[in-house]
Amino acid sequence: MKMSNPQVFQIQEISAHPGPVPGLGTQRAVQVCKYIDVTTCIGCKACEVACVEWNDHPFRETTFDDTYQTMPSTDWNYWNLIKFAEDERDGNLMWLMRKDQCMHCEDPGCLRACPADGAIIKYENGIVDFNQNNCIGCGYCISGCPFDIPKFNQKTKKVYKCTLCSDRVGQGLEPACIKACPTGCLHFGTKHDMVQIAGLRAKQLQEHSGFANAGVYDPQTIGGTHVIYVLHDINNPERYGLPKDPVIPPSYTYWKWLAKPAGLLMAGLGVLAVFFHRVAVGPRLPQPEQPAPVESQPDPIEAKRKEQP
Amino acid sequence: MSSSVERFDERARREADRVGTTVVRRGELLRHPVYTRVLHWLVAITFVLSLLSGFAIYSPWLFKFLTPIFGGGAMTRFLHPWFGLAFEVFFLFQFLNWLTPMMWRESDRRWLKRIKAYTTNEDKLEPADVGFFNGGQKVYFWAIVLSGVLFLITGILLWFDDIFPRWLVAVSYVIHDLAALLMLAGFIIHIYEGTAAAPGTFRSMINGTVSERWAWTHHPAWYKAVTGRDPRESYERERRRQSDRERAIQEWEREQDGRDVP
Repeated sequence: MKMSNPQVFQIQEISAHPGPVPGLGTQRAVQVCKYIDVTTCIGCKACEVACVEWNDHPFRETTFDDTYQTMPSTDWNYWNLIKFAEDERDGNLMWLMRKDQCMHCEDPGCLRACPADGAIIKYENGIVDFNQNNCIGCGYCISGCPFDIPKFNQKTKKVYKCTLCSDRVGQGLEPACIKACPTGCLHFGTKHDMVQIAGLRAKQLQEHSGFANAGVYDPQTIGGTHVIYVLHDINNPERYGLPKDPVIPPSYTYWKWLAKPAGLLMAGLGVLAVFFHRVAVGPRLPQPEQPAPVESQPDPIEAKRKEQP
Repeated sequence: MSSSVERFDERARREADRVGTTVVRRGELLRHPVYTRVLHWLVAITFVLSLLSGFAIYSPWLFKFLTPIFGGGAMTRFLHPWFGLAFEVFFLFQFLNWLTPMMWRESDRRWLKRIKAYTTNEDKLEPADVGFFNGGQKVYFWAIVLSGVLFLITGILLWFDDIFPRWLVAVSYVIHDLAALLMLAGFIIHIYEGTAAAPGTFRSMINGTVSERWAWTHHPAWYKAVTGRDPRESYERERRRQSDRERAIQEWEREQDGRDVP
């Protein structure tokens, strides 16, 4: 098999970076996308194992909580989790299995919230990646994320999440989870292709399988995501544990990029204001003022010279 | 204020005065005892550290400049809450220490009404009812109290932000910044007023003393309370004394000049 040349991703956005992104717009990158068909997921958890394996995460204890879930939520070293939910349809029980991981938002809340220069990077191909070398461990990304994905490591004091296997994708390989999936419910390709295939699958479910509300989950409130789902019922993504209209808190958008610079400017103007107050108005001296020293008193000769025409 | 708090503060001041000393020379008045001065600078140092480390995280434009001071971004993030906590603790002591003189009075409302005249230095002498602290100083004090409470609540939420709800952290983020901007505005004015704007003030926090002239100029009611003299009268007497001296010198100089004429 011929491997394609290792690819250097062009960066599109850098967290908390005060200047333009170097090299932006010099090359065009293909938008990548992961497409997950929850209707064909059997909950085998091969993707979970593949993720742990590829990313060199230690195998760890699972938590049994009366479901078919490995643990309650993803963790700093467990980026891929099949979420399990029970649902009812026409009086019949339905198991919902959804592969939960970073959604790689087009408008990433984590990146908006991050105060550390270069800790979060979004590539032109749509992958949102964390760089722990620059992470300061403040955890703002956790509250910025609408999908509860970034997780804090108490030991390293850094935050971790799914990288969409950017190391594999850069080598022309699909993410590890995709490679492991036995049912073909996971797909990887360009965003354009994945949206099309997902659309066809949703149509198929509507027309042939009686899921009239089947649809593609690609929330436009955050500009779409680079991980999309086909859901049985697109009107109720909450049943799968997905927010219907995910949003980034305005404090990380408007506040951060409008109010903060304004505050900074005002502080700067304040310093200037007191400086010019001193220059223009002068100090309040204890009264009565001490007589000025002789040298600074008006020179009588100079005064006389001015009087002359 | 409960009597136990008062007792604690009085004892703290007494104990601090035993360790440190304040030299009050002739023509000077004791303004801040050792305890107050030490507390003030502990609050000031921890505030500046909090401010600088906080500013690094506050703005992407300052991140690169300020984080190296504290040993990088992660260290800045680690230290900031501890600086903040130290500030809160020291300020709590200062709060108790100053609660009585900082109580809001009718005269402070009047002071605030004529703040424009104050900033333009219209009157050389402050109104006779200005006590130990003027209205502006009290506003700053209570602004710090307000910000301090906001800092503490939102700071804890931001400190342990992975265990609190997402929206609460997002709101805290804004409130923490607003409290910081409020503090910063007061801080800029405070430094200016304490140094360049009113010469003779800064030494009150270093040596603990001020000149009597300073006292009757800026805090006449306090001057009256501690000396028992009328501030206006003291001022007039000093003015007369000064002009008499001036005149005497001039006369002497004229005499000297006359002698030089051949």
